[in-house]
Amino acid sequence: MKIAVNHLARIEGHANLVIDSARGQVRELRLEIVEAPRFFEPMLKGCHYSEVAPIAARICGICSNSHTLVSLEASERALGIEVSEQTRQLRRLLAFGEILQSHLVQLYFMALPDYYGVASILPLVHSERALVHHALELKRLANDILRVIGGRPVHPVTPVVGGFTRLPDAAELMDLRRRLVLVLPDLEATVEIFAGLDYPDFEREVTALSLLGDGDYPVFGDTLVTSGGRGAAVADFRDLVEEYQVPWSTAKFARMDGRDYMVGPLARLRNNHDRLSAMARQVAEALDVGPATANPYRILPARLVEVVHGVERSIHLIDDLLLAGLQEEELPAPDRFGAAVAVIEAPRGLLFHAYDYGDDGRIRAADCIIPTAQNLASIEADLRLRVPQVLDLGREDLTRQCEQLIRAYDPCISCSTHLLRVDFD
Amino acid sequence: MKPRVGFFDFASCEGCQLTVLNLENELLDLVELMDIIEFREISSETGGELDIAFVEGSICRPEDVRRLRAIRRRSRLLIALGACADTAGINALVSDRPEAELVREVYGDDPELMPAAGHPRPLSAFVQVDGRVPGCPIDGQEFLAILQALLIGRQPELPGFAVCAECKLAELPCTFERGIVCLGPITRAGCSAHCVAEGDRCRGCRGMVDEPRSGPYYRILEEHGLDLDAIREQLRTFNLAGEVKK
Ligand code: SF4
Ligand code: SF4
Ligand code: SF4
Repeated sequence: MKIAVNHLARIEGHANLVIDSARGQVRELRLEIVEAPRFFEPMLKGCHYSEVAPIAARICGICSNSHTLVSLEASERALGIEVSEQTRQLRRLLAFGEILQSHLVQLYFMALPDYYGVASILPLVHSERALVHHALELKRLANDILRVIGGRPVHPVTPVVGGFTRLPDAAELMDLRRRLVLVLPDLEATVEIFAGLDYPDFEREVTALSLLGDGDYPVFGDTLVTSGGRGAAVADFRDLVEEYQVPWSTAKFARMDGRDYMVGPLARLRNNHDRLSAMARQVAEALDVGPATANPYRILPARLVEVVHGVERSIHLIDDLLLAGLQEEELPAPDRFGAAVAVIEAPRGLLFHAYDYGDDGRIRAADCIIPTAQNLASIEADLRLRVPQVLDLGREDLTRQCEQLIRAYDPCISCSTHLLRVDFD
Repeated sequence: MKPRVGFFDFASCEGCQLTVLNLENELLDLVELMDIIEFREISSETGGELDIAFVEGSICRPEDVRRLRAIRRRSRLLIALGACADTAGINALVSDRPEAELVREVYGDDPELMPAAGHPRPLSAFVQVDGRVPGCPIDGQEFLAILQALLIGRQPELPGFAVCAECKLAELPCTFERGIVCLGPITRAGCSAHCVAEGDRCRGCRGMVDEPRSGPYYRILEEHGLDLDAIREQLRTFNLAGEVKK
């Protein structure tokens, strides 16, 4: 049996799935990444530090805020700029806004149709009015967080090297806080929906890699941790993971200790379960995801746990910001031009940017590693194990289960083909 | 019968399609007004003739050209969605480097591993384009206005004036007063000077007005001593594909 799904739907970007099997054996299995490469690192070469983040943001519209934030942090470290506590808190809130937005789109628009047996959420507009209502209410609020803090949901305007070009009004923050409380029933209903889904039974042990939260569930940080308990400094990221190329992909794959590994919601949750907010931990229990979860289809509930955590933490962050009172700040100027790395937990996992600046304040070399590039090998390994188990289901069900599995990772193909290591001399 | 509409993407960040999905207030009405036949990012449905195809992204490879032509053949109207499709946008930032060098830099020397890639081009380099939604990303409200015009059979029109006009109307303080260069004087309006309102400057994402130098605001650039080279340097980010118009 030969299966070829070209331009897989309901994922970000273009990938084909190719499976060739005979007599219960899988002869060939490939996730072909067919997205056109966009050469972002050469684009960044020669860019002034004030232009770097807006260009880096265009790598991916779905996680443009994460690219912006990690880019700013890498630049600030390279330029010797310290940002204020207020800036750090606003950036964290912006990061939560994007995690909510990205996770909600994936859960409701990309993943759920599989479990309802429809091609998209659109037919559910009539048959599942309440469900679509919850989706849109939550998504609208996530976008409004991005608007209030970053200026617009896709490609933020206000975050710049050193801080923000404008601060939110206290009244806008209060309104967001009020609405974050008001959507709790929509969130509860969402948890019920995802608790009722029939996730395929399948397990594969894989190492999870994430940031280690510093007292909190991680967004930014300096320490990486594996599910095996091994720690590493963010600065050593390049030594920890190795990128490699396969002929069927315009994206590079990555491995750690010669093996595939996983990043993203389930990896973070496995490594930082005890740092989840109180409400999120309850939901994790109800949805049956925790440090030992080895079923990749359950990345969906892990993603939802992070939505709950994001809502709760956003409320607390807004309280802290309002209590301290927002202060206008001068943007600090660079005091050196050097090299630095930074990592953020983007919606899909670890996102790494490294820059080397010349004395003219322009980039000499840039290097980025994208979450999806790190997950591709794990997705393929899952599929290799899964396909023989479900071969007798027949072509249609087999294809659906494979697509569901790929979608569970929420691969972002645009990202992964647009950033590959380049060294300039 | 409801108009049949499709969304497609080539080399892009999918941020313009996401901006359409971010129209939460209007999404339900849109679903009533038109049949969304294809939208790969959120739907596994495909196929058939289309009244309107919205196409995001730049064209880089022979297979992209083939897929674009196939979309063109089955669509009554084909609309460029966002700067990548309209002008090659940010993708064009690599256009001043030889293609082979780029590919080698990123993928190494092994010919088997090297993807065929060319300089990113706008859709109009290969097919007839019936309309455009400028911006990186597009402006959601402008998209709705253009869609509305298309649905009632009218040719949508873009503002012919510069961002400065909208900026002055909104009484925003000019960034040049703070010594910060802004591309508002030569950039096509339609975004309500969004980035200036957010405390930044205009980076020219919507592309240039038709006759930049004859516009009333061009003087602002000259008054601040910007010559053609300085303007060209500023225009790099979003307008490298288009020659700086004289
Ligand atoms: S125009 Fe900008 S926002 Fe739209 S797809 Fe291209 S890079 Fe993304
Ligand atoms: S130059 Fe920029 S800031 Fe000044 S008026 Fe024009 S658009 Fe506004
Ligand atoms: S202000 Fe300039 S850069 Fe910002 S959206 Fe408008 S045209 Fe684009």
